[in-house]
Amino acid sequence: MTDELHPITLRVNGIPHQVNVPARRLLSDCLRHDLGLTGTHVGCEHGVCGACTVLVGGVPMRSCLLLAVSMDGEQLTTVEGLAAADGTLSPVQQAFAECHALQCGFCTPGFLTTITAALVEQPDPSRDQAREIVGGNLCRCTGYQNIVEAVLRAAELMKDEA
Amino acid sequence: MTTRLIGEPVQRVEDPRLVRGDGRYLDDLGSDAVEVAVLRSPHAHAKILDIDVTGALDVDGLLAIYTYDDLTGPLADPLPLLIPHPALTHGRTQYALARDEVNYVGEAIALVVAENRYLAEDAVERIVVSYEPLPAVVGVAAARDAANLVHDDVPGNVAANLVQQVGDAAAAIAAAPHRLSLDLSVERSASMPLEGRGVLARWDADAGRLRLWTSTQTATGVRAAVSVKLGIDIEQVEVITPDVGGGFGVKIVHPWPEEVLVPMAARALGRPVKFTEDRREHFVSAAHERGQLQHVEVGFDDDGRVLGLSFRFWHDHGAYIPYGLIVPIITSTQALGPYKIPNYRVEFDSLYTNTVIVTPYRGAGRPQGVFAMERTMDAIAAELGLDRAEVRARNFIQPAEMPYDQGLIFQDGRPLVYDSGDYPASLDKLKRLVDWDSWTSYQAAARAEGRRVGLGIACYVEGTGVGPYEGGHVRVDTTGRIEVATGLTSQGQGHQTAFAQIVADELGVPLSDITVVTGDTRRFPYAVGTFASRAAVMSGSAIALAARATKAKALRLAAEALEADPADLEIVDGMVRVAGVPGAELSLGTVAVLANPLRYAFDEASKAATQFAVGDPDAPPVAEDDEPGLEGRDYYSPARSTFASGMHAVLVETDPETAEIRILRYCVVHDCGTLINPMIVQGQVHGGVAQGVGGALYERMAYDEAGQLQNASFMDFLMPYVSEVPDSIEIDHLETPSPLNPLGIKGAGEAGVIPSAAVFASAISDAEGFSITAMPISPSELFHLRLQHVQQHHEGEPS
Repeated sequence: MTDELHPITLRVNGIPHQVNVPARRLLSDCLRHDLGLTGTHVGCEHGVCGACTVLVGGVPMRSCLLLAVSMDGEQLTTVEGLAAADGTLSPVQQAFAECHALQCGFCTPGFLTTITAALVEQPDPSRDQAREIVGGNLCRCTGYQNIVEAVLRAAELMKDEA
Repeated sequence: MTTRLIGEPVQRVEDPRLVRGDGRYLDDLGSDAVEVAVLRSPHAHAKILDIDVTGALDVDGLLAIYTYDDLTGPLADPLPLLIPHPALTHGRTQYALARDEVNYVGEAIALVVAENRYLAEDAVERIVVSYEPLPAVVGVAAARDAANLVHDDVPGNVAANLVQQVGDAAAAIAAAPHRLSLDLSVERSASMPLEGRGVLARWDADAGRLRLWTSTQTATGVRAAVSVKLGIDIEQVEVITPDVGGGFGVKIVHPWPEEVLVPMAARALGRPVKFTEDRREHFVSAAHERGQLQHVEVGFDDDGRVLGLSFRFWHDHGAYIPYGLIVPIITSTQALGPYKIPNYRVEFDSLYTNTVIVTPYRGAGRPQGVFAMERTMDAIAAELGLDRAEVRARNFIQPAEMPYDQGLIFQDGRPLVYDSGDYPASLDKLKRLVDWDSWTSYQAAARAEGRRVGLGIACYVEGTGVGPYEGGHVRVDTTGRIEVATGLTSQGQGHQTAFAQIVADELGVPLSDITVVTGDTRRFPYAVGTFASRAAVMSGSAIALAARATKAKALRLAAEALEADPADLEIVDGMVRVAGVPGAELSLGTVAVLANPLRYAFDEASKAATQFAVGDPDAPPVAEDDEPGLEGRDYYSPARSTFASGMHAVLVETDPETAEIRILRYCVVHDCGTLINPMIVQGQVHGGVAQGVGGALYERMAYDEAGQLQNASFMDFLMPYVSEVPDSIEIDHLETPSPLNPLGIKGAGEAGVIPSAAVFASAISDAEGFSITAMPISPSELFHLRLQHVQQHHEGEPS
């Protein structure tokens, strides 16, 4: 019983990585354990909590529900790719820190990627829309109050930047 | 002058790292480690007849399979009963790997180690276990009926029966002008942190030394247990708590089977070994809480004053009882809340069931106790036609009566004496916040429109900061940076920020010069753990005392160097200076250099401390009663807990057709004494309220009759998303400082969740016109209650 390996190329945060993975390797495990990008967290491994959300071609997807082999050639963004090249926090990251939108921080990467993608589509969300944006991610610490605030604050910071 | 930081909403120093994805949680460590998977029981109750591993042996990458027969020495004994109690006459704990019987679905039977988790799971699937299934005891009622036993040698499934009383409740109830009795129930929920359990072990064969990382709420507890179980001198065991993705109580239990098995395997195999729990495993092999059946009898006067109260309850503690009676003791004592109950009797049975163990989950028995008392207060108000808030107010302990002795023994084995609190002031604040006095007209107007709205209220008192102790260490290095260490652990409470705020104020240094380390036994080996809303109270106080000791030494040394009186010195922004004398100053870093007389220089700063540069040639370089270095260490060990308190109100609307329950407003008044960081405290309240909403309206452990957990996934166990929590949580604080500790702190971590079941039951009862007695409540349950109520109403009518 030996797993057959498949060569794939993943472009993660702009950097190409060539890896050999068994067909059953989850994208989340490939990112975390083959590429060492441990910022993407696994909270349920059945696609409900959203902690493992990464952007595939800019679209948020649950990396625990994707097989790494199916991502051959895709452009991926993980939480490690959100800050600017010089290390400056992205508006969403900055807003999370300012608004106390995280406590233990385990679910946070999934929120950050999800919100980052949503604000591209919807740069000026209302409070209801902000709640909608984070409506598919679980957080056990914050009660979501400050996460909603952070969505609104991030939109404000992005406007200031523009 | 440096701005005072205690009381300021300082942004967390933890966050820049965490938002970049640079956190280091357990499974982020040990990229070179091999991994384990655990074979777990599919039966709630069965004898193990045979374990056949032959089919697993040819799995690629398999390194080892361990069963009970491979355990030796103390590892072959049952896991520890952590908190013994004289009433716990039939305490049973599980083996690290099941010996000949399993008592819940999920109990560990075999540990497989392989090159990675995928391969380890392949091997687990190929192990064949033969079982003889036994009848499962599921639920409190079945445990109490005892038609079947969980453990053959535990009659009636009763681990413990405990009675406490003050006065004569039975006589007071019998003599009271009014009497009521209530039957109540609360179901199971669980902490459910987003990160499950996990442990990584490295065995250093050259040094005979074990280094263990674990996602725990007590590094020192794990260290002591692992040392004993593996027979390794405690000095040779290091336990490090990495970033922890939430705890909420479940991670205070230790050692988990995996916490002793993983280091056992690492030592045997000479490889780093890691266990990362998956979500299903967390549901079936970690811990739950809350499940109780309750019976209350109360006698009261015409004004609604309680004269006597008898509280009998049956507590489901699951298949084993490693954490002792803490949860039911808290229920039994904290049920009293802010009230003066002159005659009180409480009795509980703690019962075995063939389900996952029950250990403290945020609130730790208080939500159940508060549910019993607050349903009683509402029932008294309804019986007498009085205002619900007024009935509570008439039973309050008054501020002038503090400290108030409730006459019982608390969970720490010490008298239940409230240190301070102002319950009437809290109630006034809550009534103003929620506009209590105009509620009747609001509700009438809504009813006229065909809407069903209800307002609920619930009060609680929370013993926080239980002992025995915590310690703190503050060290100033020669660059002036401040290294702070305390032994308890962090799971997202912002300790690195809050403790730094304390040190900044005490020592007079900028926050940015301070680094705080928690939960690392290499840095601070004496500690208890993070639970019972105790970190700020215990370690916060210890760190304040350690900072004061450090400051005293800095002033003494600087006074000698500056030829000044220590009383004339102050420390501002990290500079020790003679007040009012410009230029007469030393940096704390320089004082640290002077504090450590040297023979050898290693840099420019240290030259100043060498033997030809400093010191009185006729005196010992380090005085007889002194120590080298600029540091302070101290401990805080209070005689008793400090008691925080609060009151919640919730306004709900129930759909007349679908019985859906919608939250319109949620209001909190909270008193946790001195606030170190109001932003962090507010976050704790938010999170607690959300967990309370989950526990009241959505979360339950759906066991079937065979003891299978039917909803062991996030698909089926309904944890609140943002759509389930209120749009806003309105909070008002009262600050009644504790007289028991140097900063006046009371704990805040659990408060938000404590009154939830009670406050929602109160509100839904108010909306519906009949009393809710079982929580959680779903729309379909409410719908059926309505039907029952209508039916009873019709049956009661004259034909």
